[in-house]
Amino acid sequence: MPLLNTLARLEAVRSGRARPLATVRHRHLSGRPLVLVPLTTSGEAGAPLGALVGTDRHDPCLLVIPQPRDRDLRWEFLAELARQVMPYIDAYADDVEPAERTETDPETGKRVKVETELCVDAPQLIVPSRAGVEYVRLLGRSMRFRRTAEEDPENPYPVPTQVPLLGRWFTHLAERSRVPGSALLLSATELLARHWATGQSSVEDQHLGALLAWIAPPGGENGPGTGAEAALRAELARDRDGQLLVPPAGPATDPAFDNKLLAPAMARYDAARAADDRDAADRAGRTLRELVEGQLRPTWDAVWRSLDLLRALPAGERTGERWTRDRWSYTAHRDRVRAGEPPQPRRDDAVTAAQKLATRETEQVRLDAQEALDDPLVMAGRRLAGEAFAGEVTEVVMEWSESARPRPRPLVTVVTEDRPQLADGAAAKVFRSLDGRPQAAEFVRFEGAGGIVLRLLDKMGSGREPAPGTVPEKGDRLCWTLFEHDARGGPKLPDPEQTPWTHGGPPGSATAALPLPDPVTDGDIL
Amino acid sequence: MSSYPPSVPPQTTPQTTPLRQRLADLRGPAVPPRPLDARALAALAANPGCGRRALLDGAGVDKTALATALGSPSAFGQSQFAIVRGNSFEAKVKGDGGAELLRLVHEHLGAGAEPPGAAALVPDLTAAGPQGRAARTALALREATSAGAWTLLDHPMLALEVAGSPAYLEPDAVVVHPDGRWTVVEIKSFPMIDGGADPAKVGAAARQAAVYVLALENTAGKLPGAAVGHEVLLVCPKDFSNLPTAAPVDVRRERSVTRRQLERLTRVEELAALLPEDLCFDPARPAEELDRAVSAVPAAYAPECLAACELAFHCRQRARAADEVGALGRSLRAELGGLGTVGEALAAAAGAGPAEDPTAAALRQAARLRAEALALAPARTPSEDSACPC
Amino acid sequence: MTAFDPGAAAAQATAAILHDTLHGTDRGVVVDSPPGAGKSTLVVRAARELAAAGRRLMIVAQTNAQVDDLVLRLHEKDPGLKVGRLHSSEGDAYDPALRELPSVTLSAKPGDLTELPVTVSTAAKWAYVKDAEPWEHAIVDEAYQMRSDALLAVAGLFERALFVGDPGQLDPFSVVGAEQWAGLSYDPSASAVSTLLAHNPGLPQHRLPVSWRLPASAAPLVSRAFYPYSRFRSGTGPGERRLSYGVASDGSGPDRVLDEAAESGWGLLELPARHAPRTDPEAVAAVALVVRRALDRGAVTQDEHPGGPTPLTADRIAVGTAHRDQAAAVRTALAGLGVTGVTVDTANRLQGREYDLTVVLHPLSGRPDATAFHLETGRLCVLASRHRHACVIVARAGIAALLDDHPSTEPVQLGVTVKFPDGWEAMMSTWDFWSDHRIPWRP
Repeated sequence: MPLLNTLARLEAVRSGRARPLATVRHRHLSGRPLVLVPLTTSGEAGAPLGALVGTDRHDPCLLVIPQPRDRDLRWEFLAELARQVMPYIDAYADDVEPAERTETDPETGKRVKVETELCVDAPQLIVPSRAGVEYVRLLGRSMRFRRTAEEDPENPYPVPTQVPLLGRWFTHLAERSRVPGSALLLSATELLARHWATGQSSVEDQHLGALLAWIAPPGGENGPGTGAEAALRAELARDRDGQLLVPPAGPATDPAFDNKLLAPAMARYDAARAADDRDAADRAGRTLRELVEGQLRPTWDAVWRSLDLLRALPAGERTGERWTRDRWSYTAHRDRVRAGEPPQPRRDDAVTAAQKLATRETEQVRLDAQEALDDPLVMAGRRLAGEAFAGEVTEVVMEWSESARPRPRPLVTVVTEDRPQLADGAAAKVFRSLDGRPQAAEFVRFEGAGGIVLRLLDKMGSGREPAPGTVPEKGDRLCWTLFEHDARGGPKLPDPEQTPWTHGGPPGSATAALPLPDPVTDGDIL
Repeated sequence: MSSYPPSVPPQTTPQTTPLRQRLADLRGPAVPPRPLDARALAALAANPGCGRRALLDGAGVDKTALATALGSPSAFGQSQFAIVRGNSFEAKVKGDGGAELLRLVHEHLGAGAEPPGAAALVPDLTAAGPQGRAARTALALREATSAGAWTLLDHPMLALEVAGSPAYLEPDAVVVHPDGRWTVVEIKSFPMIDGGADPAKVGAAARQAAVYVLALENTAGKLPGAAVGHEVLLVCPKDFSNLPTAAPVDVRRERSVTRRQLERLTRVEELAALLPEDLCFDPARPAEELDRAVSAVPAAYAPECLAACELAFHCRQRARAADEVGALGRSLRAELGGLGTVGEALAAAAGAGPAEDPTAAALRQAARLRAEALALAPARTPSEDSACPC
Repeated sequence: MTAFDPGAAAAQATAAILHDTLHGTDRGVVVDSPPGAGKSTLVVRAARELAAAGRRLMIVAQTNAQVDDLVLRLHEKDPGLKVGRLHSSEGDAYDPALRELPSVTLSAKPGDLTELPVTVSTAAKWAYVKDAEPWEHAIVDEAYQMRSDALLAVAGLFERALFVGDPGQLDPFSVVGAEQWAGLSYDPSASAVSTLLAHNPGLPQHRLPVSWRLPASAAPLVSRAFYPYSRFRSGTGPGERRLSYGVASDGSGPDRVLDEAAESGWGLLELPARHAPRTDPEAVAAVALVVRRALDRGAVTQDEHPGGPTPLTADRIAVGTAHRDQAAAVRTALAGLGVTGVTVDTANRLQGREYDLTVVLHPLSGRPDATAFHLETGRLCVLASRHRHACVIVARAGIAALLDDHPSTEPVQLGVTVKFPDGWEAMMSTWDFWSDHRIPWRP
């Protein structure tokens, strides 16, 4: 952990309250996010127990499976989830603006601009925790190969069209969430932990209730206790029956809930169904709904409270630029679905895997730079690490390049208390933000106590005299970075059909065909 | 293969009896020892630096009961849904005389042997008591190895000496190959989806299986023609079904770690020797007395303990009360070098740290930069908001 | 048993490698080269023979420094060989010394170089070459430090290739998570060689059996600790490399550890146990003092080559650390003692380099615990295998206990081959060995 964040944690321990790690919000937040709080059945992959889902904090849609081991009930649940989520995702598909995209012309091999369209906004899914993101991925995987009656008339377990579609979208959102700085699918705990340091460890920060308690203890400033105390209550306190006062944020449930409340209620439901007693089954079903809702509701409220806290921070200047990339991602997947492309394969081929890794590495570099440029507190961390420095200009000496048409190459002396990783005799470039664009300078030498002499290299116009405002003046306070302000993507990789022999050659035709659905056997019910 | 030679041969007999008596006293005269199973033995490696855990485990103290008596009950528990699912999956895998299980072993670790057929043996391993079952298992292993036929040992019982006392271990299954190789089979109910599985869960299964491999190696060592495979077979439900699928897991690394930790358990004696004579961890004793007893044994708390030790909440409370930076995580503690408490670190940040200490200087610098940045862009932090935003 | 003849063993291995490369039918040949086993010599020789056989050759190295070094070596061995140096379009991305070589063509455009018998560049630059006539042969240098995705980007440029590298050095890494591809044969974050061999398991694999760099005192330990399944020997025998001093020891810790290192090839200077900051001032000062004393005492080296003893100069000494800030602190400390010209760098940057005397700040010194970073086998391997004569390790006491207390709760990915040796075991076995050469700190 960077030392600056360590210091914030130590301060939080002392004050009993979370301390800020950011002065702006570093992720785009939609004006109308879809919140999904799922619960799963212990010990069984992809067997949901229930969920709260919706865009209205006061009116979530509650979905409960009274008997998760019943396959038919599971399909009903997934169909209902798709009915709730797909309209939200689709709602952004048709509102578009014209845009340009650079493509490689297949004939000339040149990079050309292509007219295209871009969705003006995109869906945003918020789940409580990291485990929730993984659950979205798991649900996506479990749904995207399902066949509809239309695709496979022989299939004894067909699903509505929207189910495999939701599977593909959940898969896309989960993959996108692995791109640093992306915001199509976010978790409340990761959002909060990015912006505040608590006085507990990062292990404990994965508990949404505890994390929230550190940041905004119940009762606010004049509440009954510190955030630390509230966090401890959120984490551990149980009622007389041994049930947690703050249920876990899921998707896993608390074993005490499973064993003492859920199992008996499910047994009553199963017994009523076995006896064909519809009234009793309805009653037992209602009890189960109440039980599951009781576990979900506190988390649902906590996610919305988290969003309130984050909205109170002003958005970082460059979050919009990153959100545009998310819109591109959404638009591209929309196009793939519309073009009738098959669902994402079970495992990436060699080229896709390399391409994804390259994208993520580029975006990580971009995110690190943009967060620092947007937020003095993040920049402070980079300064502490010697990757940036801030100080006052004490001298500017005009010089020019030695060429037929001399260009301004002024020497600027900056005095700083920071200790950047520069060394006399070692060439290095530094950058500052000039009206949002990077201006480069080269490091010339150290001078006196804390003096750093730089030579400006660009952004001064085309004439002999620098354009007004492009050269700093004595007394200006400037922040220079040793890192570049934007990230460059890597080289183009071969097409999958051109996968070289070192990587197994082109993927076989087996993977090109529509992947087989997962076998559904009677034995699925255990 | 371990390239690291054990520096100390495992100590055994001479000290055994007094040590066992001493540990029984620590546990409480009326309290039976909590038997060490493979999971507990594998967990020895979770935090080997913790003397408290080593002593309590070595003495067979029921840490769950102790934690409850101390007022910081552990949060461990298993959902009955998971238990039911696990049992029924294991039954399904082993059904039909173990045909499917043997097929999986042959498919993944068969090494060219002929496939197991109807002639595969599934010996009856029932016997009275763990000792009897272990003897019966040893006999079955000997017979199967000399028979040269595929043999499935369903829930065999293995004995392993741990700090002078025998521990009895029950793997899900051991398969004897026609060539005399023994393969440990672990059946787990977490899924393998598209050939991958949760690495944390696979890691835990590998550590557990490594304990069985160690125990089997003791038996195999005395049997000509027998060898224990260092690859175990992990059997899990495939994707979202309950059809079994399997993957071999190389447990050499886990085996060498566990072997070393078992050898180090002899230090329980040294730890016990440092304690007052009348110290006792009997959960029936009053909480204050237990608190004093537990405090007498040094702990090495880290947040990872929360997922691995029943006593973790108690130790966390103590670590926090003592202002230890370790309670905030291992990496954070490492970052702070010699500054061991929150107080020391904050004093250093305020400029009152030890001179010449680069960490103190860096913290001072950090505090300056942080203050400057916060002043530059005053964040609307909730603690500065008077009203709750919701 | 006949005596081991290192020269003959190495020549035999080289002949087999060249035979498979020039006359074999497989598309690839893999050569594992332990530290100082003559990898560069092999690459230069293979390049010249391929060129002589009329095969148009591209050479892929990982860094600009490696590329420049190869070009210089090729020119030194064969001044008449036409070599292209493909460089990035950004300014001075190559060693200006190359401009002086008449047989070397420098260009940022692949089109300018396609006709040359040999073209050398970095993997990163090669990845931008598109639509070129494929080269008949490639040599991929430092192939174990190359990532699988980097090979994917360039493998379409050549028909066949010789892959050369050291499996014991630092693995390539990614700054973002790549776990989702763990276990896939083409995991983009894995090493190029692991992908290559997963898809082409039948390729001939060779091993250079002799380290010409490491002295007889070092090869057995490095081989056992870091290459348990591909042992190698030292090219020199006991006593053939000698380090001595003109000035006798003053009895201080640094002098005694230097004597121990001269005597046995290894010396461990042990400071009292203490949790220390990463740039532990006492340990850093001790490292600097050892270097200063080695120079002050007029160290001389004598090796297997004819000629008298050679004075040990600053440029033949290197200090190795795990972290950059540690290297910076040592540089400052050395400057404070008036020492210049000594190389001080991290393991990453010392890869492939060679010195007479090395001083290593142990990665675990003063730490409360070990992390995966510190336990990475390749890091310690690089630090412990840069020297021709002797290596001094500086560490705080307590490393054995730290290793004993290290929690083992590593996740396990299905389908990923377990790498040996394990970092923890390598740390333990080297520490045990060095403990026999321990000198307690005394100013």
